Amino acid sequence: MKIGVYVCHCGTNISGVVDVQKVTEYASSLPNVAVARDYKYMCSEPGQNLIIEDIKKFGLDGVVVAACSPTMHEPTFQAAVFRAGMNPYMFQMASIREHVSWVTQDPNEATEKAKRLIEAAVFRDALQAPLEKRRIPVGQAVLVVGGGIAGIEAALKVANAGKKVYLVEKSPSIGGHMAQFDKTFPTLDCSQCILTPKMVEVARNPNVELLDYSEVKNISGHVGDFKVTVVRKPRYVDSTKCTGCGICSTKCPGKAPDEFNLGMNKRKSIYVPFPQAVPLKAVIDRDSCLYFQKNICKVCIKFCSANAIDFDQKPVERTLGVGAIVLATGFKPFDAARAPEYGYGRFTNVITSLEFERMTSASGPTAGKIVLKDGKEPKSVAIIHCVGSRNVNNNVYCSKICCMQSLKHAHLLKEHVPGVTVYNFFIDLRAAGKGYEEFYRRVMEEGTIMVRGRPAYITDVPVDASEKGKLVLVAEDTVLSSVRRYPVDMVILSVGLEASDDAKDIARTFTCSRTADGFFLEKHPKLAPVATPTAGVFIAGACQGPKDIPESVAQAAGAAAEAMSIMVKGYFELDPYLARINEELCSGCGVCLNLCPYNALERDPQTGLSKVVEELCQGCGACVAGCPSNALDLDGFKTKQVEAEMEGILA
Amino acid sequence: MSEPQKVRIVAFLCRWCSYAGADLAGVNRTKYLPNVFPIKVPCSARMDPELVLKAFAEGADGVLLAGCHPGDCHYLRGNYKALRRYNLLKKFVTQMGIENDRLRLEWISASEGSRYAEVVNDMTSKVQKLGPLKWRREIAIEA
Repeated sequence: MKIGVYVCHCGTNISGVVDVQKVTEYASSLPNVAVARDYKYMCSEPGQNLIIEDIKKFGLDGVVVAACSPTMHEPTFQAAVFRAGMNPYMFQMASIREHVSWVTQDPNEATEKAKRLIEAAVFRDALQAPLEKRRIPVGQAVLVVGGGIAGIEAALKVANAGKKVYLVEKSPSIGGHMAQFDKTFPTLDCSQCILTPKMVEVARNPNVELLDYSEVKNISGHVGDFKVTVVRKPRYVDSTKCTGCGICSTKCPGKAPDEFNLGMNKRKSIYVPFPQAVPLKAVIDRDSCLYFQKNICKVCIKFCSANAIDFDQKPVERTLGVGAIVLATGFKPFDAARAPEYGYGRFTNVITSLEFERMTSASGPTAGKIVLKDGKEPKSVAIIHCVGSRNVNNNVYCSKICCMQSLKHAHLLKEHVPGVTVYNFFIDLRAAGKGYEEFYRRVMEEGTIMVRGRPAYITDVPVDASEKGKLVLVAEDTVLSSVRRYPVDMVILSVGLEASDDAKDIARTFTCSRTADGFFLEKHPKLAPVATPTAGVFIAGACQGPKDIPESVAQAAGAAAEAMSIMVKGYFELDPYLARINEELCSGCGVCLNLCPYNALERDPQTGLSKVVEELCQGCGACVAGCPSNALDLDGFKTKQVEAEMEGILA
Repeated sequence: MSEPQKVRIVAFLCRWCSYAGADLAGVNRTKYLPNVFPIKVPCSARMDPELVLKAFAEGADGVLLAGCHPGDCHYLRGNYKALRRYNLLKKFVTQMGIENDRLRLEWISASEGSRYAEVVNDMTSKVQKLGPLKWRREIAIEA
């Protein structure tokens, strides 16, 4: 066995702490090591060529690179040794950057630890065996979960490339939060006008099957061959018959708060979610429907000329086969009641940014009029940035969209209410984006008053006549270093973005992880921002973290491209880590059969011994650890390989 | 740092959550004690109790097992299997005279870099207090 060891400086990332020369010298003294070198950047082309040349020159049959984490560059070096004719699984990596130089204070300790990890890798490499990746065919369909702008965009991109898409949306209509917005920053395009054509397009695309009012119940399989169970909730209206005429709604006596308008007005118990809904079909809300609650009424049946009402509808379950999945499940706005200092819920004229969006919308509850609860126009309005963001009590992160959203609201106020005074209370103004800073300038030129300071609280207790009947914001103007009182008629809380309530369940269903703030975790923050650690599952839009519409759209296109690249290739390469049975040791006890979560182990009827079904094995090794006679082992993580690594550490 | 009683702890980290969590501690430049040496395994369920005993026999002063949080296992339920084996193993190991703090199972997700560092520091200081495990020498004498 001849092994080459290559120690990377990573600029000074490693060599700044670890004594690279010493480590290399030590490595060259280890058994089986034919050559040990150090280099400034092993991952660079000259670095890779160094390995390739040595493989040829020394006839190496194993390579160890001590550098960053294998998560980062293992594939790079595996490809390099492969180019020199070596099996990629004869390569082993020692992580001396993430696990040593970046986390260890003392250079001597770091050098010692690096030595140990390299020794472990060399010992292990000597026992490695060539492996071949498994190729599995990829199903030619994509599941997109979430029908907001990101989901719609991803679905359209895949469908327009000629592949089948299942678009699953949990609510009765697609459109997501974007459908609720009035205008979009910084161009002030009407949100509905740019979104609804896309909604119609996606629903009409022959390659898209829209599963509205549906949720993913569970999922099995793996990349290339996912089996997804989707449940369609009963609308109690036959979608194939309903024309969306809306007569049922006008006649229905039942009422409930209108979700689309955030409960600012009431809708009927049978309703179309909003005028541009796709699909444009009515739905019955069981909780407020008189028939379901009191077994009376049935007025809708009487007036529906299409005979579409069906009170006996049941949930329908379907299983879909897809090759890849795009999650675009969006966000939830921060609940303003969790910032009690601003009195949301106590003061009627303190509203959230989303409620303001509905108020300015021509199809909203006030038909586009900006009014106080008593119907009068406000003379002065305060907009508070960063509500629920950038503070340790709620969320530490910046929600990214609120600065621009607040500026947009300031502009809309000036436009809708002549002569209105608008204050913007901000901590820092973050207008990074194409045309964003220009928009900020424009809003300032329109006369919006920018106050740098976060209001401490809002009160309705006046201290003089000018504050009578007003909401008074008490805030420090940090530019003037003085605490001031600002009496206004209306306050808009620019609420931040949070992970949606069902993000936890979705993450479990699709086995993808979440970051500490609850958003889905990407495979790599910079280089794989739309992939997840689960192969074949991609993420797009605000479910990955706060982002605005252009970013969501771009990410959706990225996720679609990722899904397409798996599908068009036609096959996916799986890790070659497979459980193997040594039939001479197997006693046929069957302990392993129940341990496998994928039913990849079965009893051979002829021999009575266990057998691995290679197509199903995912390589977790649960059976290996459970086998009482050590008859099972796992390729790539063989017991003797793990032991060798251990010996290297403890040598 | 010239500790007279320098201990070595072997950490078996599942490749999906805990190894990625350890990577994150690095990316965040979180400094922690250098006594824990990670070995990547596919899943916490891969951890054969024999491997843990072998680690002690080879001279490890402590063994850390880490996997995904319950419910988050990449292989569906691997971490539950690991937990069941761990509970049995723990009893056995204690009966062998190995102190409680020398064997530990933790759930560390890919986003918990700081938690990995905390676990490493906490476990190191506890094992440091117990001093090196003299198993290796004793076994060698017996053999």
